[in-house]
Amino acid sequence: MNYALLSALLLLLPLASFVVLGIWGRSIFRKASGIIGTAVLGTIAALSVYIACQYFLVDGQLNGTYQPIIALQTEWLKFGYKELSIDIGILLDPISVMMLVVITVVSLMVHIFSLGYMKDEERYSTYFAFLSLFTFSMLGLVISVNIFQIYMFWELVGVSSYLLIGFFFTKPSAVAASKKAFIVTRFADLGFLIGILILGIQTGTLDFSTIIDRLSNPQSEAFISMTSAGFLGLSTLTWALILVFMGGAGKSAMFPLHIWLPDAMEGPTPVSALIHAATMVVAGVYLVARLFPVFHLDEIAMSVVAWVGATSALFAAIIATTQTDIKRVLAYSTMSQIGYMMFSLGVSGYGGEAGLGFTASMFHLFTHAFFKSLLFLGAGAVIHYVHSNDMTDMGGLRKHMPVTHATFLLACLAIAGVPPLSGFFSKEEILLAAYEGNKAIYFIALFTAGLTAFYMFRLYFMIFWQKEKHYDPHHGEGPMSMKLPLIVLSLLTIVTGFIPFAQYVSSNGKGFDTHLHLMFSIAPVAMVIIGIGVAYVLYQKANDKPTNLANAMGGLYKAAYRKFYIDELYLFITHKIIFRFIGKPAAWTDKNIVDGTVNTVASATDDVSFMIKGWQSGKVQQYAMYFFAGALLLAFIFIYLWH
Amino acid sequence: MVPVSHILLLSTALFFIGMYGLFTRRNMIALLMSIELMLNSININFVAFNKYVWPGQLDGIFFTIFIITIAAAEAAIAIAIVINLYRSHLSIDVNDAAELKH
Repeated sequence: MNYALLSALLLLLPLASFVVLGIWGRSIFRKASGIIGTAVLGTIAALSVYIACQYFLVDGQLNGTYQPIIALQTEWLKFGYKELSIDIGILLDPISVMMLVVITVVSLMVHIFSLGYMKDEERYSTYFAFLSLFTFSMLGLVISVNIFQIYMFWELVGVSSYLLIGFFFTKPSAVAASKKAFIVTRFADLGFLIGILILGIQTGTLDFSTIIDRLSNPQSEAFISMTSAGFLGLSTLTWALILVFMGGAGKSAMFPLHIWLPDAMEGPTPVSALIHAATMVVAGVYLVARLFPVFHLDEIAMSVVAWVGATSALFAAIIATTQTDIKRVLAYSTMSQIGYMMFSLGVSGYGGEAGLGFTASMFHLFTHAFFKSLLFLGAGAVIHYVHSNDMTDMGGLRKHMPVTHATFLLACLAIAGVPPLSGFFSKEEILLAAYEGNKAIYFIALFTAGLTAFYMFRLYFMIFWQKEKHYDPHHGEGPMSMKLPLIVLSLLTIVTGFIPFAQYVSSNGKGFDTHLHLMFSIAPVAMVIIGIGVAYVLYQKANDKPTNLANAMGGLYKAAYRKFYIDELYLFITHKIIFRFIGKPAAWTDKNIVDGTVNTVASATDDVSFMIKGWQSGKVQQYAMYFFAGALLLAFIFIYLWH
Repeated sequence: MVPVSHILLLSTALFFIGMYGLFTRRNMIALLMSIELMLNSININFVAFNKYVWPGQLDGIFFTIFIITIAAAEAAIAIAIVINLYRSHLSIDVNDAAELKH
């Protein structure tokens, strides 16, 4: 089968759609831009499902192990150092093929949803052009063969995320949020770049499979040289991996680089569903998974991954219980779930059953993409109906929005981890991996699972139950284009849990069987039931119990409500320290020395020309006078001074 | 015989009178006249030096005749310009013909 053609088409179609809609979207395809974008996405979604079927069921396996297929590879840029080169290519292996399906399917659903949601927007076609750009960059990211190629697409998704967060650029908060997202992730990417350079220089290649080949063997030359030399007590390999992980943590909104994600909710809601829930924010997880054969060799880097993930999972869940903006709750929930994926990778071993954490992480990535985008799209439908993001403006919506209500409930159950929905299976595997890998993280994860159930059902009850607010009676639930994706995604939410995922995706390509341990499931399910129960008691009907509880918690509640003052901390560091001690001197130097030199040259020229411009008056008599004066002077010189 | 210094003083005086006129007058006819004065002061110089230094030759006289001829041609052209200027500007003040400056 011709993977090269199909997968190249997969990339080129959204790029073409971006170019066409970007150039002619405002003039020719004003009305049709949504349809064009959606049609392109439909095509590539079908393509990627076809590729996935071919890969997983027909071509991919060799002796029971899934082999990476390099569908395309060309050398793009060559350095004169150690055969280092940047290649552009297409790599198909279980995780990239899985990501292709996730990205295209979720993106297709978001496109269809946007047809209705964004219908009255002034910049409708621009919106679809940006969505195409994002889809292109994200697909390019996952099929990268080269760590530098992934870096380029990494920045491209950053740019499209920036453009889409700032889509409503007349709102100052959206502008601030887009800048914040760009700067914070850019800062993290600085670490990523340094990590890439260290890896590239030490191993002599930027190619993923070669890096893995050279480093995965503990006797290899590159491995020994990278582990023997060190800096500040950590080996070069650890530094490289931690720096690469820093980039991943920035993109995946891991603590403490998470501050951009909640603000990113200023973008249109379907965008949040696509970029900030299902695809771009899991890029960090994907990056660690891509380099997993290298990561698992380094215990320190692995424990950094695990603890950053676990901290983020718990931290975000606590904040999520106090927020009242529907999208912010979902944003913190996303951060928490990505934390799950991260620590699952961090506690995982390598190969076969030991690699359960890896499989579980990818499985959770897969299922989470569907139910979280479902939650976001449901939230979008609610916001569309209520015209507000604030949960206190909502209530009793279950009678007004039956389809949204049913699908939202399903997604809440899935993310909470109620059997037999998809979230249950993937979370169960993660917990099992954590139990085997690190007991402390297991208990954090278990507690977070309870919190997850609590805050999701707090959200659910506050939106769909409680007292009805006054709504516009003529506003329907939304057009068919907004209901259809909800229904499709909820079907996926039910079905995906039953995929024997470990057969297809595992750390070393060899499939294995996972079993459901009934005794093991008791604790998480009990936590979930407690969480839902507490949410039911507190929020099913409006009462003053939540307020009393919040008052009883005192400082803790306030700290969580203020997001543990991380934003304030960042503001303090940037304004009081970086701006004052680095920014100001730099600005002074720029203004007074760099600009000063240029300005002095310019103003000196200006002054001199002002002074001498009178010489060229255009008066012939004056010229004649100069002429005679010159002649006199010359005469004087030649007669008296020249000997 | 008149000493040569007297004649040179005369021609220098004529030359600077012409120059003064050239610098200060705004009327084109007056400018033209000033230039004629300067040319004539040079003619006097030529004739005087020819007479006092090379009495047997005529080179200085020839030069003088050439200069008179050129001055006549110049006067013809200059007066034509003055007439055209007057037609277009209704004035022969040099300060009024300042279009090229702006």
